[in-house]
Amino acid sequence: MSRSLLTGNGAAAWGARLALADYIPAFPITPQTEIIETLANWIDTEAMAARLVTLESEHSMITAAGAAAATGVRVFSATSSQGLLHGMEMIYTVAGWRAPFVLVNVSRGLASPITLEPDHNDVLAARDSGFLQIHCATCQEVLDSILMAYRLAENDRVRLPVMVNLDGFYLSFTREPVTLPDAKTAADFVGSYDPENIRFRASAPVSQAVAVLGGGPYSYFRYESHLAAESALEVYHQVADEFENLFGRRHEAIDSYRTDDAELVLVMLGSFATKAQQAVDQMRDAGQAVGLLRPRLMRPFPRQQFRQLLAGKKGVAVIDQNLSMGFGGILHGELASALYGQPEAPPILASFVAGLGGRDITGEEFFAMVEETRAAVASDQIPPPRLLYTQAELREVRKLQAVAQVERVELKQPQTVQGGQANES
Amino acid sequence: MYRIRFHGRGGQGMKTASRILGTAFFLEGFEVQDAPRYGAERRGAPIFAYVRADRHPIRERGVIQRPDLVIVADDSLVPVPGAGVISGLDDHGILLINSEESADTWRHRLSIGSPILTVPDHSGDPAGQRFLGASCAGAAARLVGVISREHLIQAIGDEISALGTAAATASLVQANSDRALDAYEAMAAHAGCVSEGSGISAADYRSPDWVDLPSDPATVAAPAIHAGATSVEVRTGLWRTLRPVIDYSRCNHCWWVCSTFCPDGAIDVAADGEPRIDYDHCKGCMVCVAQCPPHAIEAISEQQAQRQETQAADRENSV
Repeated sequence: MSRSLLTGNGAAAWGARLALADYIPAFPITPQTEIIETLANWIDTEAMAARLVTLESEHSMITAAGAAAATGVRVFSATSSQGLLHGMEMIYTVAGWRAPFVLVNVSRGLASPITLEPDHNDVLAARDSGFLQIHCATCQEVLDSILMAYRLAENDRVRLPVMVNLDGFYLSFTREPVTLPDAKTAADFVGSYDPENIRFRASAPVSQAVAVLGGGPYSYFRYESHLAAESALEVYHQVADEFENLFGRRHEAIDSYRTDDAELVLVMLGSFATKAQQAVDQMRDAGQAVGLLRPRLMRPFPRQQFRQLLAGKKGVAVIDQNLSMGFGGILHGELASALYGQPEAPPILASFVAGLGGRDITGEEFFAMVEETRAAVASDQIPPPRLLYTQAELREVRKLQAVAQVERVELKQPQTVQGGQANES
Repeated sequence: MYRIRFHGRGGQGMKTASRILGTAFFLEGFEVQDAPRYGAERRGAPIFAYVRADRHPIRERGVIQRPDLVIVADDSLVPVPGAGVISGLDDHGILLINSEESADTWRHRLSIGSPILTVPDHSGDPAGQRFLGASCAGAAARLVGVISREHLIQAIGDEISALGTAAATASLVQANSDRALDAYEAMAAHAGCVSEGSGISAADYRSPDWVDLPSDPATVAAPAIHAGATSVEVRTGLWRTLRPVIDYSRCNHCWWVCSTFCPDGAIDVAADGEPRIDYDHCKGCMVCVAQCPPHAIEAISEQQAQRQETQAADRENSV
């Protein structure tokens, strides 16, 4: 095992290489493209024995991924944001085939307006598809999670594709020290892929997309996918144990940081959670009993573990780097449903939405979110959800709107603005 | 923790500089995080890259709020507000500018408390431009004072050879190493002047000035641009580090090659068949220089061109 500096995209490519992926259907999109470029280079220089095919869209790419997995080869692919949405019809479809493969998503906010920087609305749009979801906070986790994802996906109790998520920019283009597992140990850990009877071969036709009218058979297949996803929780723990034995790193379904004696707990997904860890350390230095829970598994949702880890806590602040319009933070809603009616559930579950489109969350903002949650505990009143935004940010937007307003006036009355008389702003 | 920010224009090698410095820190046994920050289509546009280095695992991410060292590869960025060059600099942080102007001049212009250093600007020399990344990394390595020559050179070897094919890299690594060592030596008097900044305290901090967003009407809140041709207002000519100049005595008035290949539509051909470059919007990509059949377009240093223009204007005024 050697330790070197790798970007999140580099770590993802190493994950695919060490998992001995055979087939990589690809389509470029920022900030993911480096992953397929790296793999293409390795294949070209014969450092990796696989076939990479560029498809004409993500829709075809996901179709090819599912179809190839059903022929019995190990498949890896990667996408991001609009690309994931473009492939969404097939995301749902291939999950129903029960043909396992691993898809990396490099999170990037969705249009409109368009951005390149990260939040989790893209990956959470695939939340209900049947894909399992692992969310990463470090480049090391990206690599490790891809290896673990193949074990999870290919397990005979699961047989579902797995999405491994990393944040654009904050991980994709950021180098950190990463320990590269030894190729032989990684290969032994991942093992060989047995497609069982899902496999189709030449001259042995199989239909993967049967029509089932009437609701009964349809419900059966959908329920079975759900039950398989639920089973993946137990399988995950076994895979995590085995991974730890071989590589010495433990990746829990929920990463728990200084929560044992914590009164208040932050809950959030992804790489911004390491910023929350730092804030937790700083609050501990100031004598505050604060901890952090970071779910790595979003599907299946580790609700039982959440209940245990949050039992007896006074208050929870859920920080969602996503926004469901007309609802609020998605993780907050999911956590509330997991905790509802539990005897020892924390009385205060506050909701914060932050970090959309890569907006920074400063250390001071973590302190302030905890302070608001503490005040809510003291007054026993759940605060309204907060959309993090500062006076300075609003001032900048108002400036742009003033410019837009002037333009609008000029367009309506081109003759009156010749002398710069536009006075509405 | 060391927090270091490199500012430059896309194509000047600041991403490479951050990686060289990051790798050098890593070779010294530090935990490291390095990353470039830019959006789409960045050649010539302001970009930055940052390096964090610490003896403990690094959990902080994203933009550096309070840098210990800021390195500016291109002094024309200092007055550009969007570049954010001096953002978060206080008395503790050091500012190093690649500039012909003296440190005193910059101290006077910026009136900030940070110690300011300068390195001689190589932009007049096209070869200097190519190795700006290595120079900046070499200077930074000496200013932090915890990176040895050997590890700096090893880092350059690692990073530069990762960029190209083996055959081409040996001389490239050598040239970059030479430039980096020049800068490393030039900063000897200031070795170790950069110190690690402290973190913020949860016991005493400035509350964020959060607002409750009002629900604005859709006429205001839709992300629409109502005026046509707003891109004309964006003077992308400011991104240029090299300027294409047409030698009309050699132009054979083909009326289409340069204007067709220009990816930004910044070359118009007049009725008389003479191409004109719109310098307000030419980004200096030099595609026209490469495409012109009679080689009638030359690339010159933008900074040098501007200096000559200023001098010419001064002469005219004094007459």
